[in-house]
Amino acid sequence: MSATEIYADAAALEAVIARMGTALQDKLTQRGIIDPLMVGIHTGGVWVAERLHRILMLDEPLGVLDISFYRDDFSRIGLHPQVRPSHLPVEVDDRHLILVDDVLQTGRTIRAALNSLFDYGRPASVMLAVLVRRGWRELPIAADVTGLDLKQELDRDGSLQVKLTGPDPLALVLGHRQG
Amino acid sequence: MPPPNIQLDDQGHLKHFLTLEGLSRELLIKILDKTEGFLGVARQAVKKVPLCRGKTVANLFFETSTRTRTTFELAAKRLSADVLTLNIAASSTSKGETLLDTLRNLEAMHVDMFVVRHAESGAAHFIAQHVAPGVSVINAGDGRHSHPTQGMLDMFTIRRHKGDFSRLTVAIVGDILHSRVARSQLAALRTLGAGEVRIIAPRTLLPAEPESLGARVFHDLREGVRDADVVIMLRLQRERMRGAMLPSEHEYFQLFGLTEERLATAKPDAIVMHPGPINRGVEMDSQVADGPRSVILEQVSNGIAVRMAVMALCIGTQNRLAQVDAHD
Repeated sequence: MSATEIYADAAALEAVIARMGTALQDKLTQRGIIDPLMVGIHTGGVWVAERLHRILMLDEPLGVLDISFYRDDFSRIGLHPQVRPSHLPVEVDDRHLILVDDVLQTGRTIRAALNSLFDYGRPASVMLAVLVRRGWRELPIAADVTGLDLKQELDRDGSLQVKLTGPDPLALVLGHRQG
Repeated sequence: MPPPNIQLDDQGHLKHFLTLEGLSRELLIKILDKTEGFLGVARQAVKKVPLCRGKTVANLFFETSTRTRTTFELAAKRLSADVLTLNIAASSTSKGETLLDTLRNLEAMHVDMFVVRHAESGAAHFIAQHVAPGVSVINAGDGRHSHPTQGMLDMFTIRRHKGDFSRLTVAIVGDILHSRVARSQLAALRTLGAGEVRIIAPRTLLPAEPESLGARVFHDLREGVRDADVVIMLRLQRERMRGAMLPSEHEYFQLFGLTEERLATAKPDAIVMHPGPINRGVEMDSQVADGPRSVILEQVSNGIAVRMAVMALCIGTQNRLAQVDAHD
């Protein structure tokens, strides 16, 4: 990204994540889920998930998922430069999962994450929580819990990039793709 | 300007994997880092990732092998590629012709990658020069020359146990003269900046100028492994020896066979490696091979992940190049 601007700072984001925690708890209660497994998507999703995991005081350890091997652009751009190990400390079979990511845009990351999760087992259900939701969906994927909706007037700009930086402090920055 | 490296595309990405000579430290570290990710695939319920779906990999084994062939096969399958394994006995008289003929036939079947093992040094390189654009070649061992995936799986195993290469003393013991494994290990250790590299062998199993390999030379095992962090035993390659290079295997073991007692001078937490297959009672005794310091079976598991990483990098590069061509 070239020129960047901070859209939300650490204090604002911590407040947003706290609200997400409450919303998630409501959903879990509604659905009668007591012992969910939380899984964050590398890298930004893991930062958000760590905070949500604390807020919800979950017993099971946090899982982390790298979706590089499941991306649909391997056939175009090759192996993603950043590949990190995935680590799911608990069996996902018959468990209720909460998948956490930083930005939901095209939906392709979530498609890849779901495919990856199902290679570990057959979860009972998967919920999606995202810090930021913007437009430009290319797949039929929606979040169950959303922190922030990017303002419509900003979101109309297709070249606008939204990126979470962190892990400490968190900041949500806006910028434009170079070239 | 040095000649372009046939293994790399114009942006320095891996296209073929033939030798570790001439590859940068950054690239070797990139392979090791990617391998960490692939290691986890074996722990999934479905031990497969969809990266190379729709690709076809042909294993061309002109020389017999079990471990290397099966781990390459598994690596390709775990990347979701389709795999053909051809065991072709090498024909010395019409080698060039046979090779190219085989190649053209397989190309007509739209194979995307060749994994080649051959008794002649330079065979994989020769094939890489002659394949159609868009096809990658991986060297699974060529004569005495190179065995780059073995070299990298050994580096990966060392890094997982020992971390920083610059602090390490690594001793390579045995048949250096005939060993492509040793040559690849030495190249990788040089590039990764290992603290001290030693080779330990009888004079008859060393090349003419052993110092040119960038290692300290020892003829005494106990001296050579003193304070070593890593001890790598090589297989005695009877099939490549001509004439009487060794009095007997028994005598070899007396002088260069690894036992717990001889390992006593190495660091207490030293690891012992062997590329396999082990000749028990020749290169090492069973107590060491099956002992707590042996990481020999871990090398095998790591080999699959390293081979997945190398295959995915090469096929990824070809995908990107094809995309660039399509837009030109």
